[in-house]
Amino acid sequence: MSNPRRTLGLLGVLALTISACSSGGSASSAPASAAPSAAPSAAASAPASAAAEPVTIDWWHIATGDPGKADFAAIAKAYEAAHPNVKIKITVTENEAFKTKLSATPADAYPDLFQSWGGGTMAAQADAGLLQDITAAVAPWKDTVNAGAMSIYQYKGVQYGIPWDMGMIGFWYNKDLFTKAGITSPPKTWDEYLAALPKLKAAGVAPLAIAGKDKWPSMHLWSYLLLRNGGGDALSQMIQTGDWNTDACTKAGQAVLALNALDPYQKGYASADYNSEAASVGNGKAAMELMGQWAPSVQKDQSIGKKGLGDKLGWFAFPTVTGGAGAATDGIGGGNGIAVSKNAPPEAIDFLQFFMSKENQNKLNTDGVGLSTTVGTETTVTDPNLQQVLAGRGAATFMQLYLDQATSGPLAAAFNDATVALFLGKSTPEKACQALTDAAKK
Amino acid sequence: MFRSQGRESSSGPRLPGKWLTISLFLAPALVVYLVFVIIPIIQAAHFSLYKWNGLGPLEDFIGLANYQVALASEVFWQAVGNNVLVIVLSLLLQIPFSLGLAILLNRRFPGRAIFRLLFFVPYVLSEAITGIVFSLLLQPDALVDSGLKGIGLEGLIQDWLGNTDIVMLTLFVIISWKYFGFHMILLLAGLQGIPREIEEAALIDGAGRRQAFRYVTLPLIGPTLRVSVFLSVIGALQLFDLVWVMTGGGPLTATTTMAVNMFKSGFEEQQMGYGSALAVLLFLCALVVALLYQRFVLRRDIDGAVTAYNG
Repeated sequence: MSNPRRTLGLLGVLALTISACSSGGSASSAPASAAPSAAPSAAASAPASAAAEPVTIDWWHIATGDPGKADFAAIAKAYEAAHPNVKIKITVTENEAFKTKLSATPADAYPDLFQSWGGGTMAAQADAGLLQDITAAVAPWKDTVNAGAMSIYQYKGVQYGIPWDMGMIGFWYNKDLFTKAGITSPPKTWDEYLAALPKLKAAGVAPLAIAGKDKWPSMHLWSYLLLRNGGGDALSQMIQTGDWNTDACTKAGQAVLALNALDPYQKGYASADYNSEAASVGNGKAAMELMGQWAPSVQKDQSIGKKGLGDKLGWFAFPTVTGGAGAATDGIGGGNGIAVSKNAPPEAIDFLQFFMSKENQNKLNTDGVGLSTTVGTETTVTDPNLQQVLAGRGAATFMQLYLDQATSGPLAAAFNDATVALFLGKSTPEKACQALTDAAKK
Repeated sequence: MFRSQGRESSSGPRLPGKWLTISLFLAPALVVYLVFVIIPIIQAAHFSLYKWNGLGPLEDFIGLANYQVALASEVFWQAVGNNVLVIVLSLLLQIPFSLGLAILLNRRFPGRAIFRLLFFVPYVLSEAITGIVFSLLLQPDALVDSGLKGIGLEGLIQDWLGNTDIVMLTLFVIISWKYFGFHMILLLAGLQGIPREIEEAALIDGAGRRQAFRYVTLPLIGPTLRVSVFLSVIGALQLFDLVWVMTGGGPLTATTTMAVNMFKSGFEEQQMGYGSALAVLLFLCALVVALLYQRFVLRRDIDGAVTAYNG
């Protein structure tokens, strides 16, 4: 150490190591750091968007698998070709990771366009001043998009995003197993539904698959029971006032306990995640699941040999509850959309219009990426089950966005936590309703 | 301590350039430590005083209310209980088991190196991979269940990850599986540092094997054992990855640890302020445990090292 030259040499090595480490660090976080760095340049060029001023649009989406990923890239490329000054920078992140990543992104680094489910989380983003009022910008073409779906991306009368996929939750069932159990037509009432479960059990399958670890699949079941018992107005009322100590809420809980008494769930349901729920249906071990429009593709993906149920798969709407205020055509649904951040350039909204064009949306429909919300694309949905979902969406007399999306924060989490406790037999209807009321106050 | 400091200060003025060297070498580590440890801790403490959903500006100052809510919440104490359970079980089962294996593997027998390697392999896996592998093995009717069936122990089959009464024990077994090899290697290194003559001398003096272990071997691997216990306790306090991957803290809150509770509150419930308060509480727990342990248990080891250095 006493040799100064050696000390210097060591320092040099140290400096090299540090620079190597730091460059390695920034490389690994490239998607995160590169994206924000592009945003200011896009924002800077926005005011002076005259002619050929180069513009970069940052777009974060969650279609990690094909065909969605490839389709989105192709649409972006087509737009770039038509607008040589625009560059669209896509960052793809997995669903859960996306939520964490976005919540860790500082306000000035938000991507111009990003995945959104509308509802409560979007409202919280709007309240924080992260989103752009695009009401006027989309006014010329807003009627080309399904109005009900558009309303999910409005908050206090202001449009903040555009939906490109919208469906309705219903029961996806295995026709062969139903036939084997001697059930000739899907149940229309909740009593018929409960009567069908022992028959399926007797046929040697688990009647209903849920996911105790991921919680939300059974939360949707409870939500539907609440909607059928109380009706759409009562449900909207509960969301608005935050008072869940209601007759409909208690009745929904009681219905869950009655369902539990039949022990209809698949083995290991308490710790199952959604993928394993889908696998048990896709492999024919469970007869049905209550799920959104993506169910067939996930069943296929998770089943042995990636075959899924194919023609054996059927769909029916949630049964009606005798004496309940809800109609058979009231639905719970939702889907995917794109939100526009505060600093997004006008080109980003122009791109959204292009994205929502019939041509692009028909492609997404035929590839099964989503159920398009663009008016006039319904005919390109060819799968008979998805056609039924579309028909349900079209005929809906009331459409409630998924409760954990319609709300945000503690209440959204409480929907999942309080209801899964009911399904696992560790709570009472009254306790669940009280937990929701408490969470709404937080 | 005194003597060593005295020696340094006497040699200090001789080389003014020495301080330059020291600060140059220290600066990078110090900067990294500041940016990634000290500043985030201060930030978390700051956030914890606000009701904040992670979006928008910090405006809603609520003092220590987040801490009050945390200390009054059932989930918080359940999480603390789960952490304590893992600590206690680790000390009672995992460390003694590792010590036993280390003693066995310290003897000469054919294939010793292979066993050492095999037992160490689980530690090399990441917690996420361990979690996924065991999730698959513990599925109903999967390898664990069919294995038990195969040897006629069907009666022992449980809903390993779904039964709220036993899921914490299931996780403990997996944690032990992953970390016993690490403690075994540590203790093995400690055992190999004991000169064989000392044990031989004890045996020649008429001590039984048990006595030799109790009065010679155990005190001599004391320093290693104390470090092993320390790492085990701190690891158990921070338990997160494996739990998050396997159960997400569930079913319900059965396997929620302090770190899981923090993550869920912060990111899932979007209560960043409350989550930060939980983070601060976890930090304080770990800090207090670490300081007390250093002060009262590791002290003689550290003192011993310094004395030996001077001597």
